[in-house]
Amino acid sequence: MTDQGSSFVATRNACKMCTPLGACLAFSGVEGCLPFLHGSQGCSTYIRRYLISHFREPMDIASSNFDEQSAIFGGQNNLSIGLRHVLESYRPKAVGIATTCLSETIGDDVSMFLNEFRNEQAGNADVSIPPLIHASTPSYHGSHFDGYTEAVAAIVDTLAEGGKRQADLVNILPGIVSPADLRHLREIVSDFGLTPVLTPDYSERLDGPPWQQYQRIPDGGTPIDMIRRCGTAAASIQLGDTPTGRTAAGILADKFDVPAMVLPMPIGVRASDQMFAALENISGRPTPKQHADERGRLVDSYIDAHKYIFGKCAIVFGDEDFVVSTVGFLAEIGIQTVLCGSGGQSGTLKASIDQIEMGPSEPPRVIEGVDFEDLTEAADDVHADLMIGHSKGYKLARQLGIPLVRIGLPVHDRFGASRLLHVGYRGTQQLFDRIVNTLLEQRQDISEMGYTYL
Amino acid sequence: MREAIDILDARRRQVHTKGSQPFQLDCEKHSVAGSVSQRACVFCGSRVVLYPITDALHLVHGPIGCAAYTWDIRGAQSSGSQLHRMSFSTDLREKDVIYGGEKKCEAALIELIGRYRPKAAFVYATCIVGLIGDDLEAVCRRVTAQTGVETIPVHSEGFAGSKKDGYTAACAALDRLVGTSESPPPDGPSINILGDFNIAGETWIIRDYYERMGVNVISTITGDGRVDDIRRAHQAQLNVVQCSGSMKGLARLMKQKYDIPFVHVSYFGLEDVSKALYDVAEQFNDPAMMQRTTQLVRDEISAVMPQLRRYRDALQGKKAAVYTGGAFKAFSLVRSLRTLGVQTVIAGSQTGNPQDYQQLESLCDDGTVLLDDTNPLELAKFIDQTGADLLIGGVKERPIAYKLGVAFCDHNHERKRCLAGYEGMVNFANEVYSSVCSPVWSLSPRKRHAPPVKRSIGPGPLVTADAGLPLNTKAPQCPTAATVPSAGSDSHACGVCQLKAHCSGLAAQETETA
Ligand code: SF4
Ligand code: SF4
Repeated sequence: MTDQGSSFVATRNACKMCTPLGACLAFSGVEGCLPFLHGSQGCSTYIRRYLISHFREPMDIASSNFDEQSAIFGGQNNLSIGLRHVLESYRPKAVGIATTCLSETIGDDVSMFLNEFRNEQAGNADVSIPPLIHASTPSYHGSHFDGYTEAVAAIVDTLAEGGKRQADLVNILPGIVSPADLRHLREIVSDFGLTPVLTPDYSERLDGPPWQQYQRIPDGGTPIDMIRRCGTAAASIQLGDTPTGRTAAGILADKFDVPAMVLPMPIGVRASDQMFAALENISGRPTPKQHADERGRLVDSYIDAHKYIFGKCAIVFGDEDFVVSTVGFLAEIGIQTVLCGSGGQSGTLKASIDQIEMGPSEPPRVIEGVDFEDLTEAADDVHADLMIGHSKGYKLARQLGIPLVRIGLPVHDRFGASRLLHVGYRGTQQLFDRIVNTLLEQRQDISEMGYTYL
Repeated sequence: MREAIDILDARRRQVHTKGSQPFQLDCEKHSVAGSVSQRACVFCGSRVVLYPITDALHLVHGPIGCAAYTWDIRGAQSSGSQLHRMSFSTDLREKDVIYGGEKKCEAALIELIGRYRPKAAFVYATCIVGLIGDDLEAVCRRVTAQTGVETIPVHSEGFAGSKKDGYTAACAALDRLVGTSESPPPDGPSINILGDFNIAGETWIIRDYYERMGVNVISTITGDGRVDDIRRAHQAQLNVVQCSGSMKGLARLMKQKYDIPFVHVSYFGLEDVSKALYDVAEQFNDPAMMQRTTQLVRDEISAVMPQLRRYRDALQGKKAAVYTGGAFKAFSLVRSLRTLGVQTVIAGSQTGNPQDYQQLESLCDDGTVLLDDTNPLELAKFIDQTGADLLIGGVKERPIAYKLGVAFCDHNHERKRCLAGYEGMVNFANEVYSSVCSPVWSLSPRKRHAPPVKRSIGPGPLVTADAGLPLNTKAPQCPTAATVPSAGSDSHACGVCQLKAHCSGLAAQETETA
């Protein structure tokens, strides 16, 4: 059964964020890049606040700070003044400009504004203009996930150059994952003897050490020089197969003939196997021993714990990528997903879930464009033992009296979101252990005996 | 070594160091384009003010972000309905933007009112609604007529001004409710509590103080607010207004329309909360009430002083930076910090006006840096320059402090801890103490060479009060006996409330009764 959200006109407790948020996140993963929202100030302030609560790191997002004049006459003036100010105060190596609903609606031609800005500043010897990357992200079109995808596409489109093919260079397009995931992906690719261009990579910037001195733009991010080399890579691996619209992998394939491999988010043994197989293919090497060992331990732990979890029922929600892979992973370990949904509406969620090898499990009810009240109402018709998704599901989990295993973004009510590992065999292991322990803890809590062996 | 951070030319006049030159600080300006202002938008201002009205429906008319980022973000508590904690959005899509969002808004309102049966509904216009030109007044009229539930538009288009304009829009919306109830007024002195938002139950604490003084509280606007109470707010004899910007507008409107006088107060810090209670008692000109107030202040202060003294011993000599939304709170914080032996070296706000900054300047010591509508880079620069040990602000300011190895205290609407009133002052002291005196700072790169300093308040429970908890019974003691020297203040004034009149009045009463 597939549904398109609810019968309600209004969205009640949204299960998504707006497009510019995703774009700002992507821009924070480029070295020295300052995210800049072209629109009113409130959007950038709210987005900063939202992301700071998740990452607990500085999150400076500039804004062209529209006022009534700009809303009426267009935002060109604000954009160029704003850019001049950020170049002066932040000295960025790139500026990632995302539009908000407002500037999109008044029809600002940002590409033209940027060209004029470049020309205007060309005569000014004091300022050198870094790359200006423009992502069009009206929020009435898609969700944060689409904004992220569009911004990554814009980064690559603006910066990547062609050239002689480099057999050891591989583009990794990771999707919205945690800093710990990004670090792990880099490690995996390097262990195959390959050089990853991981775009974006906010692992250091959004999970970094304290500072000796205040940094205008925190260290870290994919080096711009590396992104320039994207067009020469042996292949692109895009993790997550739900994006629609233009994607970085698509652009690199079209412009520079870089083969694109679109894989599911590597959560679970089977999904991770696909990523490792792709890397074996590209590198011509077998999976390095330490990773093969991790896979072995993971499967061993599946066996050790299977009785604790078999037949349990889960509700899964969040970004489409995560939902698809989590449902696949749960099917692999014998937990049945009874209901799943995403605030996104790419239209591909149901089809991707249909592809999953369900084993003994029944296919779940899938709701696209869901909000938390739809999910709450749908949860009435099912039995669930746990929920898996981001922290905004807490209200429902509390209402149902079942635990919530937090994954993805946002995690606003637990500590260490940046260090949650989800991907690869190691990430799956951590997630698996958390799920098993959550269920054990619950079992122990409700037992009258309070057994100390479980 | 990185180069020093400069102040943008366009912002130079919004920064001032006390004593460096004659006082001059620009403010009430639209934020400079490209500066990473800590301010939000008009919508934010309205949403902050109206959010705690718990039995109303709040529908954000616009694309999803504006509603998603404000979902359950604040610590405003309710003693009943939790409807305000829901995030409702019309989640405008492309076709709504092209063809207009009125129909969607109307349909959303009708179904939501049908489903949730609120006492009233507020519809917030966001940026995009201002552009596509939806006639929200007309939509609300139709919905009110059809459902019988008063539906009120809030003209809070994000770009049309600053957060302060959002306060004005919220006050205009509230003004439509006030005066629409016919229920009989209560006997005896009565007030409305304006501008307290019941963060972590603070309104309950304040309300309890006034009730113990013998004052009826007709409505609390908007902390733990109820539509029906707001409707009869015009019956009160006095409006007690906290917070510089948000509720002054409503108080003024009620003065014009219903001739209700108002007083400005703050509930943060011993001095300010005591003054708030005395000021209200003075307005009613009733010696018995003044007597009760004096007793209350005395009891409360003597209950908290022993703990505050312990915190003060640990914090003495530390330096703080204060950056708040409204300037009024900054005044209270400067004073509260003084009570704890902490000196304010940076003080600023997002929305202060010239009079506010004048007052802030006179309150601060020489060398204090004053900032209007500042940004992360400037804050970092001045924290570095002044050697501040602590930053007080909101979540957006937190990482600036932490990255620099500086303590932080959240004093925004999103906090979950009560900081108002007397028990709130103890919590505040504890908040400051548990950050400033944490051993973790000695490991941060900026402080690596500094050995961890022993500044523990020693064993014994750190009592922290939660809203609604009964206070301990305490021995009566004159508040003037509480020995909190207030640096830089008039030495003849009471060390606690700093009010000469109250202290001498109190002394006179004591002699009479003796
Ligand atoms: S769109 Fe406008 S109203 Fe909404 S958050 Fe942004 S600035 Fe505020
Ligand atoms: S106006 Fe658009 S960009 Fe801004 S917060 Fe709202 S949804 Fe996001």
